[in-house]
Amino acid sequence: MADELLRVENLNKAYGDQPVLHDINFEVNTGEVLVLLGPSGSGKSTLIRCLNGLEPYQSGDIYFKGDHVTPSSKNWQKLRQKIGMVFQSYDLFPNLKIMDNITLGPIKVQKQAKNVAEKEALALLDSVDLADYAQKYPRELSGGQKQRIAIVRALALHPEFMLFDEVTASLDPEMVRGVLEIMLDLAKQKMTMIVVTHEMNFAHQIANQVLFLEEGRILESTPGAQFFTDPKTDRAKEFLQSMDF
Amino acid sequence: MAHSGINIIFEGANFARLMGGLWVTIRVALISIAIGGVLGILLGVLRTFHNRLLRFVLRLYLEFFRIIPTVALLFLFYYILPKDMHLNLPAEEVAVIVFTLWMAAEASDIVRGALESVPQHQIESGLAIGLSRNQLYRFVLVPQSIKLMMPALINLVTRIIKTTSLLLMISVLDVINVGQQIIEANQQQYPQGAFWIYGAIFFLYFIICYPFSLLAKRLQRNK
Repeated sequence: MADELLRVENLNKAYGDQPVLHDINFEVNTGEVLVLLGPSGSGKSTLIRCLNGLEPYQSGDIYFKGDHVTPSSKNWQKLRQKIGMVFQSYDLFPNLKIMDNITLGPIKVQKQAKNVAEKEALALLDSVDLADYAQKYPRELSGGQKQRIAIVRALALHPEFMLFDEVTASLDPEMVRGVLEIMLDLAKQKMTMIVVTHEMNFAHQIANQVLFLEEGRILESTPGAQFFTDPKTDRAKEFLQSMDF
Repeated sequence: MAHSGINIIFEGANFARLMGGLWVTIRVALISIAIGGVLGILLGVLRTFHNRLLRFVLRLYLEFFRIIPTVALLFLFYYILPKDMHLNLPAEEVAVIVFTLWMAAEASDIVRGALESVPQHQIESGLAIGLSRNQLYRFVLVPQSIKLMMPALINLVTRIIKTTSLLLMISVLDVINVGQQIIEANQQQYPQGAFWIYGAIFFLYFIICYPFSLLAKRLQRNK
């Protein structure tokens, strides 16, 4: 277990009296891709948001590289530099040019020199074929382009792992592919990722491990190859059938 | 035209005195708007924090200045400061204090509203790249909300300028007060003086406030 990156133990969360996550336990090793699947409302997004402190949890423990994470806002703020997160609605900053969107974190949070940060941002932009857009504002870009920029913005901080929360859910179908290809590329480069998605083919391609959730519980944790051909639970079979997979 | 009423404006030093009064008006308004504006942004930011006591105190402050008529505030500060706090300030400085506090109170509400209308997603994606709360406000929330708050702020600025016409109540020699003095001093020679002097004052306020009105309209269109 030398390469364990993230471990979650007995995580519980409720909104008021309404429990949303029950006794969640799992771990992710460096270089692995963990995919969270389940019907909507099963708690996938809530869980992934707990992993970088955007959602508070009532009990349980998160360990990052073996160290216990103290859930204080100061501590989370420090940790978030090591955790890249991409959201469903991309959320670039509309008041900043693409270049400044990407370099805001590296320059202001990590105190990198401006020219170093910009040089790297350009290289990253080039890798997603958007180098020409550096001096444009987000409103001038399509949804798919914005989402690619959002991934670049997260990567610019050199995160140790990435969280993807339904990043293609609000994109036009023809935009989805470009975004998914970037994620497959990242997986090839052994980036550790936790992915919430409804794209089953993509999940099948990318997942080392699948967590199947329903009503805030993990119903099964199965290696990716097996989950899509021979899931352990009947509920997961039903789910896969309903997804037309 | 020997006895045309309009001559009252140019009789003796009248015109220069009116301009002097106008300068007092503008000075009080500008200082209050500048200091009150900065203070208002700070208080507006504080009002978006989740500290209950802080929110309550700032809310109380806003309502105090919003509910009590400005004349009453002017009298309150003009008579109570020297009597109970032994602070004997010139009337013009009392006016600046009252107008600054009023500007800050109303501006804080505009700023708070604009900040709170920035989508929650923006806050989260700012936090996700590791920004601290200060950085989040400085680079994300405040720049995005400035556009939203501009029309209301400009409207407030014109209200402040117009309300300086109450300054004569505490004997500040503003443009209205000077105008009244001129009218009274020339009562014999220019029985119609009030018409012309107030007409001139109307015109002066108009040329100060109208550009703000145009600016607000333009910003509204560009939104």
